[in-house]
Amino acid sequence: MEILEEGLGELIRPPDLNAFREANRAKPKAMVDKRMSEAEAVQRFIHPGDYIGTELYGTVRCPMSLVNEIVRQGIGDLRVAGQGVLELDMLLAASLVKALDITYIGLEVYGVSNCLRREVESGRVETCVEWSNAGIAWRFKAAAMGVPFIPVRSMLGTDTLKYSAAKVARDPFTGDPVCLIPALILDVGLIHVHRADKYGNAQIDGISGFSAELARASKRLIISAEEIIPNEEIRKRPQDTIIPYYLVDAVVEAPFGSHPGEMCYVYERDEEQIKEWVEASKTPEGAQAYLDKYIYGVHDHHEYLDRIGKERLERLRAMVPGRDA
Amino acid sequence: MMESPYNATELLICTAARLMEDNTTAFIGTGIPMLAASLAQKMHAPNLVTIFEFGGTGAILESLPLAVGERRTFHRAVAASGICDIIETAQRGFVEYGFLGGAQIDPYGNLNSTVIGDHSHPKVRLPGSGGGNDVGSHCWRTIAIMRHDRRRFVEKVDFITTPGYLTGPGAREAAGLPPGTGPYRVVTTLAVLGYDEDTKRMKLLATQPGVSVEEVLENTGFELLLPERIEQSQPPTEEELRILRDEVDHDRLYI
Repeated sequence: MEILEEGLGELIRPPDLNAFREANRAKPKAMVDKRMSEAEAVQRFIHPGDYIGTELYGTVRCPMSLVNEIVRQGIGDLRVAGQGVLELDMLLAASLVKALDITYIGLEVYGVSNCLRREVESGRVETCVEWSNAGIAWRFKAAAMGVPFIPVRSMLGTDTLKYSAAKVARDPFTGDPVCLIPALILDVGLIHVHRADKYGNAQIDGISGFSAELARASKRLIISAEEIIPNEEIRKRPQDTIIPYYLVDAVVEAPFGSHPGEMCYVYERDEEQIKEWVEASKTPEGAQAYLDKYIYGVHDHHEYLDRIGKERLERLRAMVPGRDA
Repeated sequence: MMESPYNATELLICTAARLMEDNTTAFIGTGIPMLAASLAQKMHAPNLVTIFEFGGTGAILESLPLAVGERRTFHRAVAASGICDIIETAQRGFVEYGFLGGAQIDPYGNLNSTVIGDHSHPKVRLPGSGGGNDVGSHCWRTIAIMRHDRRRFVEKVDFITTPGYLTGPGAREAAGLPPGTGPYRVVTTLAVLGYDEDTKRMKLLATQPGVSVEEVLENTGFELLLPERIEQSQPPTEEELRILRDEVDHDRLYI
């Protein structure tokens, strides 16, 4: 295939599909109880220097209790696939990120991420490789398909491509230029779901983001769930299972696991808390104080929820309109 | 001087909303496009099919989403899927309009939302492409919504995050982007702009109420094409403002 252009960005994690197949073959297929705490899951499955990815993003169905635990344990030199809001802000605020495959890191309606600015402009994040949003999702999709790359028509002609690790090739069938997106296989994927059984069979309500792709692109997968349900319930609605158990290494029961983000049909996002972070993150001192209060200063997710307060959490739950609303 | 009955954000929202047609598909990003889509649905386009990048298709925007993945983006929607399905739908040619923003725009409609300064040593690190590049690549007609000043309207953007017409006629097709796609309008606080068919450069179509052509030119950092006839945009109507303030953004999160 004729290569017409090559992105200048580093291919932070070249996909090794054969090793991925071997790892998937070796993964236990027995249905065993994988329930554990955030602390145990993070300690066992995430190591310094790992390449990790989270889903969905910061304010929506995001595994915040797991991310907070990574910060608490101070696991650093991480490589991260970045479409993020609060979750990547926490990792950046704690200076745990060394390299980013980035598509969007910001605070949505509240503007740019000051943590991203500080970490990138100072050079503490050493590498920023650019992608479009679908570009990163399609990288997971390629890995999920078990193929080395997929051809797409995003990113062409732009600096997003120039500073990515994608390539432009001449389509051998039509002769037109096409963008080749390399598969991205993660060391660890982190996904928060509505419900899972103790083996890891997981179901999500509402939009599914890129959960199906990321789950299948991860060598190790940690699931946190609002609720642990019996296997029998999963078997009643198998069409709702987006992540089958054999992909999963750890299952963490985490009610309000997405806080301060929302969980559709369960609780609303906590605007007050999000605004507290937006304000705090404007300065390094403010960000540090926030981490001290809500992450380092609490032992685990339960203590975190105690700090937020039961009344407030119940209010977020009560704010959810019913499905008929 | 008489106080204006609306602010700059309200003007942008109302102008953008009027460009949204009933029974078309529109890719909606965070912020002003959400407000404009909600207003359009309540005014002239009740069957506007909203498309949100993380999976919502055909949501009824009764209340205002704060984020592109949150529950309101699939409230009473016809489908809730995921990002691959949505962008692949655009890649197959199903999405007519895409709404975009950025820190900088150039005469060909190329947008920058990645860095100010050099990529390896940026002066300001901005959020990055997000869905912007995908929208600008695949939607048939993209509409940029911008505040209008010389820092934003520049001869050359520091970084092309999202493709406009790139370097001019034929450049998108040569790069491999789908033929017939590209920038359509730019809605700003001072004007409504389009693109010249032959040169693909930005041209002034209409000035916003009370704004002179000179004012637009003074605030544009590149040579703007001036057709013989330049329209005057109609100000937001009382009805538009009432719906926007009372229904769309009741909590005044944006306006």
